[in-house]
Amino acid sequence: MTTVLAEVGFYEPVWIQILKAIIIFAVGLQIVPIVLLAERKVLGRFQNRIGPNRVGPFGAMQPLADIGKLLWKEEFRPKTSIGFLFVLAPIISVLTASATLAIVPFGNVVDIFGEPVGLYGIDVNIGILYAFAFGAVAFYGIVLGGWASGSKFSFLGAMRGAAQLISYEVAGGLAVVGVVMMAGSLSLTEIVEAQARDGLWFFIPQFVGFIVFLTAAFAETNRAPFDLPEADAELVGGYNTEYGGGGFATYYMAEYLNIVVLSAITATLFLGGWLLPFGIDPPTWVDPFVVIAKIFALSFFWIWIRATLPRLRYDQLMSFGWKILLPLATINTLVTAILVVVW
Amino acid sequence: MATTERSAYRQMEDSITMDARLERFGTVDGGEHELLTVNLGPHHPATHGVLRLLVTLQGEVVIDLRPIIGYVHTGIEKTAEQKSYWKAIPVVERMDYLAYMFNATAYCGAVESLLDLEVPKRGQYLRVIHMELNRIMSHLVWLGTSALDLGAMSMFWFCFRERERILDLFEQSTGQRMHTRYIQVGGVMEDIPRGFEEKLREFIAIMPKRVGQYRDMLYKNEIALQRLKGICPLDEESLLALGVTGPLLRAAGNPWDLRKADPYCSYEDFDFKIPVGTEGDNWDRLAVRLAEMEQSVRIIEQALDGLPEGPHITEDRKIALPPRHELGTSMEALIHHFKLVTEGFRVPPGEHYYPIESPRGELGCFVRADGSSKPARVHMRDPSFVNLQATAPMTRGTYIADLIATLAMLDPVLGGIDR
Repeated sequence: MTTVLAEVGFYEPVWIQILKAIIIFAVGLQIVPIVLLAERKVLGRFQNRIGPNRVGPFGAMQPLADIGKLLWKEEFRPKTSIGFLFVLAPIISVLTASATLAIVPFGNVVDIFGEPVGLYGIDVNIGILYAFAFGAVAFYGIVLGGWASGSKFSFLGAMRGAAQLISYEVAGGLAVVGVVMMAGSLSLTEIVEAQARDGLWFFIPQFVGFIVFLTAAFAETNRAPFDLPEADAELVGGYNTEYGGGGFATYYMAEYLNIVVLSAITATLFLGGWLLPFGIDPPTWVDPFVVIAKIFALSFFWIWIRATLPRLRYDQLMSFGWKILLPLATINTLVTAILVVVW
Repeated sequence: MATTERSAYRQMEDSITMDARLERFGTVDGGEHELLTVNLGPHHPATHGVLRLLVTLQGEVVIDLRPIIGYVHTGIEKTAEQKSYWKAIPVVERMDYLAYMFNATAYCGAVESLLDLEVPKRGQYLRVIHMELNRIMSHLVWLGTSALDLGAMSMFWFCFRERERILDLFEQSTGQRMHTRYIQVGGVMEDIPRGFEEKLREFIAIMPKRVGQYRDMLYKNEIALQRLKGICPLDEESLLALGVTGPLLRAAGNPWDLRKADPYCSYEDFDFKIPVGTEGDNWDRLAVRLAEMEQSVRIIEQALDGLPEGPHITEDRKIALPPRHELGTSMEALIHHFKLVTEGFRVPPGEHYYPIESPRGELGCFVRADGSSKPARVHMRDPSFVNLQATAPMTRGTYIADLIATLAMLDPVLGGIDR
């Protein structure tokens, strides 16, 4: 039987694995409300207003208040909805987003109490494919949620979500192929180590791939300018029109968790993961903070785009995905393949 | 439920079936079984009020749509019949709630025509200043909400920042931010206060720059270009056939503007241009309104520079209230005041239609007088109501996202539509 687990090359005790899981989950979920607050604050600054500043010092408790308000609301659903799927859909969304968190490398292997520990949840040998697999499953959360709501607006949103997934998953996947070829591995830690070896972060040699991947990542998170599945002006709330209270809070969290996770993946693939520029080599304990700093920087970019760009139209989104992004990603892959072989 | 009498309105609603749609319009490629009827509104985030659109969709394509109105019907026209002439001003102001100065001017203009009353020049200029400020403010609300419908949310706040300045100016000169009741039969309620001119000059200095910034945000944005250029055009003839006026008609290339075509309130004194478009698409509708804001600033500047001295309201004590200081010394003033406040002034029998150019098009007020102190009939020709007819011809066969964008570009104000 072939091994499907990670080839970590060393043994990690069970207690360390459990501890790691808890810490990564806790840290990952701590970043989410910070990004949530940052979005509201930064959007406020972009839009010439102050943003939340009433709940707690500097409005720091605002995310807590938001989520608290939603959770205390009455749960209701339309008569036409399918109850089981209606409840399941947001859970799928948030589960898939947090599952991807497991492969984000926050650092390399370190020694803790004499035990070698990798600063990541799990280093699967399929690496980045794991992220794409869960990214694809995440859309079931949207499609099922829209379908099970039994509302026409939700249905239209769900259809848009499905179409968007197909269009952008392909381009995003192809964009990563260049990185994988340059690194010679699918494993995220080895991709970062390849960037350390060359002393060149992949966003420079793989600039086209970087742009295509980032665009596809925006489409995956359903954020402006690709927020068509929820397009508030057109479809009221799209797939989450009928959700209120906890269900909506779950979708809300999944959206921000997706931003965090995709920022982390982008940072790992293209921006050197835990590495610092100019050959600065800090002690190992700094690595996780470098990754988190990069996550925040990329999340800021997400917010910036939201404050700037209008929404694309459905057909424009499709033709942009298939006629521009996909050919770009394909050419990028071809050129990279030729260059990798020649050198 | 027992067999209840269904109102004619409900029956009309029920009669709108998918089959009826199909017979009339067919589908894009024969997919008769894939039609979806969606109710956009009355509480939908992008219908700018409580408009309800019954949309038949094939996938994302709009096959047909039918606007259903009446959700904010307030009976203002009927209410106005119960009020004396000068007390009807606050109610007519509340029809098109983004163009209150215009509503009041149209109504007062009609009454003044019936009375054969001359408004003093200063009063006319003050009306122009306030109407043009109102026009800019209305266009700002339109621009902000339209951009929001396109998904560009920041624009909304930038527009409302300038709108706030205008509302502050209104507050200073009239005491109210919205529904100011500033326009009065015979002139304006009060002269502008001290400090108003400086604040207004600050505003007209900054506003053209702001319009330039809005342009930068939209004209250099590829997504905005794609969403607006060539989208939902309608030619001049169709627009005229539907009775559409205002920026929508001007975007199609017809320079019809009542300020030039049939000047009122001394608009002939000012030098300004009528921006027109060429294609009549959403892009032109945007460009025309942006240019109109700049022209309005020009008009305000000229009106402020050339503001004549003199009374701001007619000296005819039978029509306008006497100034406060006369009340303590003049018996006649006291009698006039008492008569005006209790009964109001009487208007000789007759009827008059007074059209002006509101931010949305031709806003006309029809007043019939029967010789008493209350109007026998007040009717508004509201441009939003007429322009709304153009929604279906513009958007048939386009995407639902374009429907929303076009509806935003129509700039309907439901308070004016339902009245």
